[in-house]
Amino acid sequence: MSKRYAGWRTRCSIQIWLLSVIVGCLTFGWTQIANAQQEPPYFVTYSSVLEEPGNLEIENQNIAAAPKNANRFFAPTLEFEYGVTAWWTAEAYVQGQTTQNDSAVFTGFRFENRFRPLPREHWINPVLYIEYEDVNKADKSFLEVTGNDSIATLQVPNALLRKEVERSVEGKLILSSYAKGWNFSENIISEKAVNEAEPWEFGYALAASRPLTLVGSPNSCVICRQNIAAGAELFGGLGTRYNFGLKQTEQYAGPTVAMNTPQGWTFKFSPEFGLNDNSVGVLWRFGASYEVQQFRDWFRRKK
Amino acid sequence: MKGRNWILAILLTTSALCFAKATNDWLRSVPQSDRDRVNPYAGKPEAVAAGAILFHNNCAQCHGNDADGKFSRPSVRSNEVRNATDGDLAWLLKNGDVYRGMPRWSGLPEQERWQIIAYIRSLEPSTFAEGQK
Repeated sequence: MSKRYAGWRTRCSIQIWLLSVIVGCLTFGWTQIANAQQEPPYFVTYSSVLEEPGNLEIENQNIAAAPKNANRFFAPTLEFEYGVTAWWTAEAYVQGQTTQNDSAVFTGFRFENRFRPLPREHWINPVLYIEYEDVNKADKSFLEVTGNDSIATLQVPNALLRKEVERSVEGKLILSSYAKGWNFSENIISEKAVNEAEPWEFGYALAASRPLTLVGSPNSCVICRQNIAAGAELFGGLGTRYNFGLKQTEQYAGPTVAMNTPQGWTFKFSPEFGLNDNSVGVLWRFGASYEVQQFRDWFRRKK
Repeated sequence: MKGRNWILAILLTTSALCFAKATNDWLRSVPQSDRDRVNPYAGKPEAVAAGAILFHNNCAQCHGNDADGKFSRPSVRSNEVRNATDGDLAWLLKNGDVYRGMPRWSGLPEQERWQIIAYIRSLEPSTFAEGQK
């Protein structure tokens, strides 16, 4: 490996970490009290909960794994989520990854919008999701799994993978309901590449969760049951239009837990276990987010 | 072509109906069965204390720490809120009034929403002139 290449690799790795640290420091400086108590502790599955209008959530979610016959990797994603209205949330993502004995690369960006078409709460609540993504094949964020992705891709060096950029449009039908404090969410995913002739790809994500207690405490507390929610997620690919089904797809399931602090931070953690030989053994996910409440008020002149 | 026109007409009509419904006063949308619901935590000091914490964590960002409104967002000490039943407020917290900026809080457990209502009921009337809020 040349010195020039090693230097470039180190710079990329430092840039990704520097970005995370800057955002972390900026958000840590805010003193507004905030809480994202509504949000279920999911990494992949979306629920019907949208961002409150005017709020900006900054989230860093990370994934680390040691796939069989491939190098270990770490993939951070930085996410900005803004509540445009009470029925519309917009998000932007930037993502990268670093692979042991290989390199650190920027893998792409995504823009997404979520809409709640029905004005009232029902026993099952639909949300429409539309996303444009511009990511290269080195992406290891596992933000969703569609089509016939294979663990074998993880063995290919980043230098080759990053040359293949896929621009695609993704749609999701998000269904979500609440019963006795439990949240149940189901996502049906379809994705179509717009820059290459690939068939429609499909995937799914299912999840359930519940706060550890349903009643608020009369005392302010940080580590208490009302601030912690636990649940489980199951997600995977469903093949393509011509090859629909579970065959040659990645499938994952695992428990997930989240803690909201009264200072506005949310911490999430989940080990997700591969359910077949085509999946990574364990995906270790962890994330931290901060909600800037009423971000739009920063631009208003007076009360 | 005719088929497309029909689809366009249906979409426009549906949007217009949704908008017309959205501009209605939320109180008129509350079903009687919801309006008659009773707060199981009404008047309980512990629930009021818990409701105060929940209010400051979730509601104060829009309605202000003093619950008297912020920018164009309404006071929860107003006559409109004071005259509403606990059931009306529970319905509003669950469903929101999304086209007027009030999000749903169905993600909060129902018990916590009742605690917030218990806290709102403990507040004094607005210090601002009625009608401003």
